[in-house]
Amino acid sequence: MTDLTTLKYTAEHEWLLIEGDTATVGITDYAADKLGDVVYVDLPAVGSEIEAGKVVGEIESTKSVGELFAPVLGTVLEINDAVVDSPDLVNSSPFGNGWLVKITMSGDLPALLSRDEYVALTAE
Amino acid sequence: MSVVESGPGLVTGSAAEGFVDRHIGTTPEDQKTMLDAIGQPSVEALMRAAVPDSIHAQALGSSILPSPIGEQEALVELRSLASRNTVNRSFLGLGYYGTVTPAVIQRNVLENPSWYTAYTPYQPEISQGRLEALINFQTMVAELTGLTTANASMLDESTAVVEGMLLARRASKSASNRFVVDTDALPQTRALLKGRAAAVGIELVELPLATTGVDALPEAFGVFVQYPGATGNVFDPAAIVDRIHLGGGIAVVAADLLALTLLRAPGEFGADVAVGTSQRFGVPMGFGGPHAGYMAVRTGLERQLPGRLVGVSQDAVGNPAYRLSLQTREQHIRREKATSNICTAQVLLAVMASMYAVYHGPWGLKHIATRTHRMATDLAAGAQAAGVEVENDVFFDTLLLSVPGRAHELVARAHDAGYLLTLVDEGRISLSTDETTTRDDLDRLGEILGFAVPSESRSSLPDDLLRTSDYLTHPVFRTHRSETSMMRYLKHLADKDYALDRGMIPLGSCTMKLNAATEMAAVTWPEFANIHPFAPASDVEGYLELIGQLEGWLSEVTGYDTVSLQPNAGSQGELAGLLAIRGFHLANGDDARTVCLIPQSAHGTNAASAVLAGLRVVVVACDDAGDVDLDDLRAKVAEHALELAALMVTYPSTHGVYEHDIRAITEAVHEAGGQVYVDGANLNALLGFARFGEFGGDVSHLNLHKTFCIPHGGGGPGVGPVAAKAHLAPFLPGHPLAQQADRRTGAPAAAAGDRLAHAGVPVSAAPYGSPSILPISWAYVRMMGTQGLTDATGAAVLAANYVASRLRDHYPVLYSGESGLVAHECILDLRPLRDATGVTVDDVAKRLIDYGFHAPTMSFPVAGTLMVEPTESEDLAEIDRFVEAMIAIKAEADRVGAGEWSADDSPLRGAPHTAEAVIAGEWSAAYTREEAVYPLKALVRSKYWPPVRRIDQAWGDRNLFCACPPVEAFA
Repeated sequence: MTDLTTLKYTAEHEWLLIEGDTATVGITDYAADKLGDVVYVDLPAVGSEIEAGKVVGEIESTKSVGELFAPVLGTVLEINDAVVDSPDLVNSSPFGNGWLVKITMSGDLPALLSRDEYVALTAE
Repeated sequence: MSVVESGPGLVTGSAAEGFVDRHIGTTPEDQKTMLDAIGQPSVEALMRAAVPDSIHAQALGSSILPSPIGEQEALVELRSLASRNTVNRSFLGLGYYGTVTPAVIQRNVLENPSWYTAYTPYQPEISQGRLEALINFQTMVAELTGLTTANASMLDESTAVVEGMLLARRASKSASNRFVVDTDALPQTRALLKGRAAAVGIELVELPLATTGVDALPEAFGVFVQYPGATGNVFDPAAIVDRIHLGGGIAVVAADLLALTLLRAPGEFGADVAVGTSQRFGVPMGFGGPHAGYMAVRTGLERQLPGRLVGVSQDAVGNPAYRLSLQTREQHIRREKATSNICTAQVLLAVMASMYAVYHGPWGLKHIATRTHRMATDLAAGAQAAGVEVENDVFFDTLLLSVPGRAHELVARAHDAGYLLTLVDEGRISLSTDETTTRDDLDRLGEILGFAVPSESRSSLPDDLLRTSDYLTHPVFRTHRSETSMMRYLKHLADKDYALDRGMIPLGSCTMKLNAATEMAAVTWPEFANIHPFAPASDVEGYLELIGQLEGWLSEVTGYDTVSLQPNAGSQGELAGLLAIRGFHLANGDDARTVCLIPQSAHGTNAASAVLAGLRVVVVACDDAGDVDLDDLRAKVAEHALELAALMVTYPSTHGVYEHDIRAITEAVHEAGGQVYVDGANLNALLGFARFGEFGGDVSHLNLHKTFCIPHGGGGPGVGPVAAKAHLAPFLPGHPLAQQADRRTGAPAAAAGDRLAHAGVPVSAAPYGSPSILPISWAYVRMMGTQGLTDATGAAVLAANYVASRLRDHYPVLYSGESGLVAHECILDLRPLRDATGVTVDDVAKRLIDYGFHAPTMSFPVAGTLMVEPTESEDLAEIDRFVEAMIAIKAEADRVGAGEWSADDSPLRGAPHTAEAVIAGEWSAAYTREEAVYPLKALVRSKYWPPVRRIDQAWGDRNLFCACPPVEAFA
């Protein structure tokens, strides 16, 4: 079980695990639950340059579509092929096997939320 | 003396009142009961209280709507109109061909309310019959075109080509903004492409692709090839396709499905997308429609498909079950980012075409194609032997004959003899053979053209264009060859489905009212069915008269000056209206006016249509009551004053409420120079009481398949006329092959006999859209008259308010107007129930199936709600049956809330229950078998048994499969 307090969060319901200049990104359990049964994920190409705040992918459920925003500036290092093949991992393990992309960060880290701040945000 | 008892309405009423009484389900006595329940003294008082004073319809000095007549009289008038059409033998081709509708399909599908009164299969558990028929259609199209996945049909061929172009732009890897179009494309398709490409800024390049070397092809994101071409020419597009792929582009091919039984399939020469029409598979020409267009794509492009897509999933116990796939592509979810603005398909016509293939099988289709081709080769041989040049030496069914200086004379002589040929230019004519062509036709044509037609000729199709691959291999296309078997297959499928012939379909925003038998009668008359859309004006006087009358009537009742019946769906009406607005601004030099304001509560289609008209969507907030937030509207108008093109607003609102501020809203937009588009989807709440044109509308679309009785057909056909003020008339849909460019006007203000020209971008392949179903709406208006239409609106609004008042204590009613009243529909809020018990809106919707009902509209316009629209056509007894089912279901949910059942082990979550579910094996549920399937005693004798348990939506989307499953899957 991932220690959720070690992660950073965005207001777009994404989480980041920051290790050196690499960020692993996924969507939170709250977002996965709101979306419902995820049936398809569209992720950016490995090696593509991404810019914080820009849409880089989509997460589709049977009833809605969520956009994946790049949380940081950088280059896509790796995408989770397992989640492309089995999109239900986003629902069953949003903080674990349901991770989406790894990004090699360049530039400064934008302001991100702590676990407490994120929980407060979703409690509203 | 004996006393003869009569029912209400039959003694005193005239024949005309007889139809109004048949159409409106509630009797005056019933209405009294309902009025008492809602605390209103009369229907008039109810409508005065519900409809804001500021928009009440003005009294008209004179009306062009004639006094209503009865059913028999209406049929006599329709016969008279029909007799003014002349059914000549059509050799016109150009995408429309004579075909024989097998009688078993005409009687058991087209004329069978089990098929034509069904709705779009949003509740798949009670739609398995037509979903199977649509899977057959998709399989047929995919196999004939040699591609992987076909959708459940398109509105017509030309709009399918436009969608193919838009798909190519989305999916292409090319950075180019250019789309290359074959000059041998159908003329109507070229006209649509031109207008639609301009609206979204695509550059079109037309080239004669059959003779263009690949090196002369410009860089482009896609290419379009007509196969065979409009002139009949067939060439191998493989080299063109390969070259476009080199630049990352997409190849779109319009292919004739019948020809594909003989010719190489588009998928086999590399096409990415195939489009076309299935009209010649047993669907009458009908002066242009309705017909089912099609689209198929190669692997990898499935998610780019517009429109409906049926797929295979499984139900709660793992049995295969069909349902609509990948709905997140569509406009109701993605709004302005959707793959298309298309909401619906041409289901009834796609079912007919698929059944034509089921009935004839692969050998039968090949036989029809071979015979059609043979007729053309014989004609060609006769022409060549007599020295008449056939310009296209490779053809399937269409010949281009060189007749220098004689083209006009020959076409006229043929017409005199009862034959229609296409005049290409002064020196050339073309003619197309089809399934109905006879040897006698060939001999008579030969006489006119001056040559003898041999009966032994050789095909000119080169070997490398011939099809060698198999098609229609699934057993369904090889089993039902006898009429008995076919009849039973159609009955077997129809029995699985819930249509209006079984009970009420209270779908909010869908207006599932009666489609009367008399209204339907004329659709299949040969004088309406067997007319080519490009027949000369002198052949279609009856049609033009009927169309003119209906356009005038619709103008009057909506307060507009002119109407175009061309759009084949509400979405296409929206597009036509917005294109008219854009055209108007451009003509005034207002190029910058591109912002379209759309309230948050709007149907997603509005936003998707705006984008396709080249407009930019700006969302206007709604308040807690669901009304447009007037302050936010004013702020947005001010912010975009110079760029404001239009506001799109639905009235009454999508929340089923008459907004009191509507005049203030339309005035604010007009003051800033914007145009007002009033979405007429909810006209059934207004007809006779208010007119869009009088409270600020500049343009609207109507849905004849809602308010004006055209049946929903299980998800199409539809007709979405666009109605407008005179200043927009020049920008309403024109058509290069229309029999008349101008229309009579229905404006109360205009002098009788005034005519307005429509000269804008065409939005349908045929000039008048789907004329063969217009007699339905014509008959409805003719038999109802002004008063009958008004009474129907009153009865519909009364029924909705009655349902709201009876259910309010059990489920909160989410929105109502200032008077506490709803319009013609009401939204029941199930979110409090979910929070209290865990029972969801899905559970209630599926449980209604166990009670013998089709669910209301789910989660539109608000997630977690049900929107109920009873319409005027339901009897009070049926409305009460529905109300009582809803109350009983609430009581079940309360037992969950009380802890008697868990939500997961309740009859609500277990719903719907099949016979197998309660009979086979051990019963281990917390509720009884009787509670599962006979929750009311009355159901014992009238039970509708769903064929499958609740369907797993996610499984089907994760494991996409959109063709007939192998027979073993059902073992």
